[in-house]
Amino acid sequence: MSELTNVYIAEKLRNQFGEAILSASEPYDMLTLVVNPSIAHSVINWLKNDNEIKIQFLTDVCGAQFPEIEGQEFCVIYHLHSLTNNIRIRIKSFIPASNSIIATVSDLFESANWQERETYDFYGIIFEGHPNLTRILNVDEMDYFPLRKEYPLEDGTRTDKEDKYFGR
Amino acid sequence: MNEFDDKSVEQIEEQEYTTLNLGPTHPATHGIFQNVLTMDGEIIVDAVQTIGYIHRAFEKIAEHRPYNQITTLTDRLNYCSSPINNMGWHMTVEKLIGVEIPKRAQYMRVIIMELARISDHLVCNAVVGVDSGALTGFTYLFQWREKIYDIFEQICGARLTTNIGRIGGLERDFSDEVYKKIKEFLHDFPKGFTEFSNLLERNRIFVDRVANTGAISAERALSFGFTGPNLRAAGVDYDVRVMTPYSSYQDFEFAIPIGEKGDTYDRFIVRQNEIWESLKIIRQALDNMPQGKWYADVPEFYLPPKEDVYTKMEALIYHFKVVMGETDVPKGEIYHSVEGGNGELGFYLISDGGRAPFRLHFRRPSFIYYQAYPEMIKGSMLSDAILTMSSLNVIAGELDA
Repeated sequence: MSELTNVYIAEKLRNQFGEAILSASEPYDMLTLVVNPSIAHSVINWLKNDNEIKIQFLTDVCGAQFPEIEGQEFCVIYHLHSLTNNIRIRIKSFIPASNSIIATVSDLFESANWQERETYDFYGIIFEGHPNLTRILNVDEMDYFPLRKEYPLEDGTRTDKEDKYFGR
Repeated sequence: MNEFDDKSVEQIEEQEYTTLNLGPTHPATHGIFQNVLTMDGEIIVDAVQTIGYIHRAFEKIAEHRPYNQITTLTDRLNYCSSPINNMGWHMTVEKLIGVEIPKRAQYMRVIIMELARISDHLVCNAVVGVDSGALTGFTYLFQWREKIYDIFEQICGARLTTNIGRIGGLERDFSDEVYKKIKEFLHDFPKGFTEFSNLLERNRIFVDRVANTGAISAERALSFGFTGPNLRAAGVDYDVRVMTPYSSYQDFEFAIPIGEKGDTYDRFIVRQNEIWESLKIIRQALDNMPQGKWYADVPEFYLPPKEDVYTKMEALIYHFKVVMGETDVPKGEIYHSVEGGNGELGFYLISDGGRAPFRLHFRRPSFIYYQAYPEMIKGSMLSDAILTMSSLNVIAGELDA
């Protein structure tokens, strides 16, 4: 068995999924793969069932928004952890604002259930196949997704914090 | 005919169920959680959770605050062990900007974090005692928690929401009084804690009450994203301090206590044993405390001493920049986790180079493992459900963020 380096894992995934693995990098030593949203579920499923890498643990699911990148406004980020090999992998999938849908992984990991609900609650990302995709932290009646960048935190009419006063 | 019979049976059964609201403000839930329970007599048939009662949108606020002002937000996640949250955040930023802090500061942090862990576990286990009917231990252990808070107060001036430490180290060196207080604690606490342990650990009434209730298998616990004492009680020896050591944890000798069945008793015992391990770590850190500075040389992030600010131009500039949050940070994304009181507390930070994070996500252990609660209590008695919840140590601040 060869050593499980980030390069090796990325290569293994490339062999399996080919072009759908859009990029691989190692910011701060964590293998980060950008994958096509249509295969995010299968990549995680494959990693979970792979006898060598042995990902048993889904550490974290969260969303992010990049309003500037057209066609890839939203991003879902999965952090996976292999407890036997002590390897952490980050999977990122960019999805467009016009069609912000991605498959749920709550069928693979129970812990994804609430984390996906939280992501939906914050960003409005739809997780297809989720058993109960409703708001979790905010009230049900809320009619917007508060963590989107277009919603300012403070009153927009405030002027005392404008950048010009701080030389920015 | 048959169809009609089936329906009528169902209807009769439905009528017999009672709906019971456990919470949002029930004294036994120790926080603001709501569980709508469907009860068949005293047996829980189904539970629906509602959370978010103290949601404060920390992740949104964090996108608008300079890095050093986010520390106060982390205080309010798991407020039973705020120093661990604070340090976890500092280490995340230090990793992002690529700073290695001096050994002495790391050891000081370890002492503070382990004291925080002890206070967190003390509260949890004391409350497990209360919910099983033993109030005495609780009133007794709270005095020891106060002693730990006295130490925190001596170090940083605050007790509960500590805002302890700074990016790049600690705000000041430990004073003689701090050492005195820690040594007093190390000397007196084991005796008091042993009394508490003797009261409960082998107590027949208590053991009968908590053993085999609220159990979860290792496999389910992993699937539900359990970490920390709750996962270890199920028999998985995952501890961030050992798996990916931070702040020099690799220098210390300590064991990872684990349980077998993942029931309320195992969770209680794992926390009990972890308190002893934490004491060991603190002793080692005190004995081997390295000499040197308690902060790294990062003037862009670490506030200069006040005397310098009044007399030196450079210090004044840095002081202004730090206070106004005018420091640019490198671009990048980073995940850093620490072993919090309840498990893996993670910080996922995306920086676009600006003064505030582009995105900051907290991996909050309580939030993730609390979703297993209905599964753990289905089919059990209401009184067991209360104990299961307190032994999970769900902290509302961490749950709702």
